[in-house]
Amino acid sequence: MTAGAPPVISIRGLYKAFGDLEVLQGIDLDVHKAENVVVLGRSGSGKSVLIKLVVALLKPDYGEVVVLGQHVHQLKQKELDALRRRVGFSFQHSALYDSMNVSENLEFPLRMNTSGLSTGEVRDRIQQALEAVGLAQSHKQMPSELSGGQRKRIGIARTLILQPEIMLYDEPTAGLDPVTSGEINELIQQVREKFHTASIIITHDLTCARATGDRVAMLLDGQMLRVGSFDEVFDTQDPRITGFYKYNFTEHP
Amino acid sequence: MDSFAVGVHDGSAFLVRFFVERFSRPFHLRELVKQCYEVGCKSLFLITLTGFITGIVFTKQSRPSLAAFGATSWLPSLITVALVRSLAPLITALICAGKVGSSIGAELGSMKVTEQIEAMEVSAINPFKYLVVTRTTATTLMVPALMLYCCLVGLAGSYLNVHANEAASLPAFLKSGFSTITFRDAFASVTKSVFFGFSIGLIACYKGFNASSGTQGVGRAANAAVVLAMFVVFIEEMLIVQVITWTKP
Ligand SMILES: Nc1ncnc2c1ncn2[C@@H]1O[C@H](COP(=O)(O)OP(=O)(O)OP(=O)(O)O)[C@@H](O)[C@H]1O
Ligand SMILES: [Mg+2]
Repeated sequence: MTAGAPPVISIRGLYKAFGDLEVLQGIDLDVHKAENVVVLGRSGSGKSVLIKLVVALLKPDYGEVVVLGQHVHQLKQKELDALRRRVGFSFQHSALYDSMNVSENLEFPLRMNTSGLSTGEVRDRIQQALEAVGLAQSHKQMPSELSGGQRKRIGIARTLILQPEIMLYDEPTAGLDPVTSGEINELIQQVREKFHTASIIITHDLTCARATGDRVAMLLDGQMLRVGSFDEVFDTQDPRITGFYKYNFTEHP
Repeated sequence: MDSFAVGVHDGSAFLVRFFVERFSRPFHLRELVKQCYEVGCKSLFLITLTGFITGIVFTKQSRPSLAAFGATSWLPSLITVALVRSLAPLITALICAGKVGSSIGAELGSMKVTEQIEAMEVSAINPFKYLVVTRTTATTLMVPALMLYCCLVGLAGSYLNVHANEAASLPAFLKSGFSTITFRDAFASVTKSVFFGFSIGLIACYKGFNASSGTQGVGRAANAAVVLAMFVVFIEEMLIVQVITWTKP
């Protein structure tokens, strides 16, 4: 983290409601270069909505999002596309293209966004991305034949293949066994070290939060209630926050 | 009524967007070819079967009425007129609405609810272009082609029946059949089919693209695609026939 440099993601006063349901009520958050920020929050608190706002999949009611120096919600389609190429988005439920096999899933965004790559280069990039997520053998499998954890990892590989400057992970370890979760945590760290990627990591999994997060932000009642290091955030008596901690580390065998 | 107005508004916006995106790069030619192939494959068997049987049955059932006037020699031209002017375009459009419409509706619907369409957007790929434009263009091209094919198999069926009963030779059958058909008839049918194909593709894509979440949403999208597409096909048939009769020289 470079002190003084402007943040790569800067969110100010973000509001978003769906009808009567006020999901986000004034979110402020900065993410700096090569920094991992973990966002914790209960189910339905609007974590996925938050990162969808960052890539303009949703429009906010108020507030602004500045990504890599650009006001996301004021961009023209062309400029937005150029920005989106620099941002990787790993979906909560993977969102693999189920009419394509694994390597076509990776090839598709690559081919559509880069011109003049030879077949060999494409193959190498796919191989690299698959190796990075530890699934080098599954080229020809269809998404329907993969387990949930494998799908998740292919989803991450598909975003890594464009070598993004920002990664947004939506629950990267949800539903994975502890060993695979550990590998994903390591992968997130490696991506940051190798490409100096800034990341927002959404999770319920405090092990993941502790392993990957430089900073942790707790999303509660539509606001970022506590932001700081892992220990700072959990150094409180607020039952809404200690509840998280207890479930993950003490009440669980 | 309110939701009807919203539907019309959204639908028109979708229609306009199609023409805006149709004529700008990238064209995704490979996907277009693949979709044309899919449309053809999905409906070819059913069209062969239905067209052939219609040819036979229609001939069989028209014979007694013509025989009453001793005019069975008019069978070929009657059948050809009926097939080319209205049966083939309608049969083809209805089969494609059922087969292709439902499969496009379900495919795009499930892509929508599993966030695959959003995944395209965040990879800077325009899903409207890649999914909607290619599929709608494919149905617009393929339905007329399938309609001509349906004419052929229908005539084949009819010929077999005429041959078996009146022992007509193929050249005689064709000569008599095509004597009443004008270029105008064929042109009108192709035009009709272009409209049918376009509507089927666009409606199915629209319904899929706007599927509400959940597996239920996918089923509903596929179903709504078929129902609306068939409805629109009949409306268009009626309007186009009107226009054609008005402009008859
Ligand atoms: N497109 C949408 N239309 C209407 N409501 C929505 C939409 N997207 C999200 N919501 C609502 O916003 C709320 C927050 O949703 P979100 O998906 O962000 O939750 P989350 O924090 O990611 O939860 P989880 O941990 O279960 O994934 C939910 O109540 C949801 O019903
Ligand atoms: Mg979520």
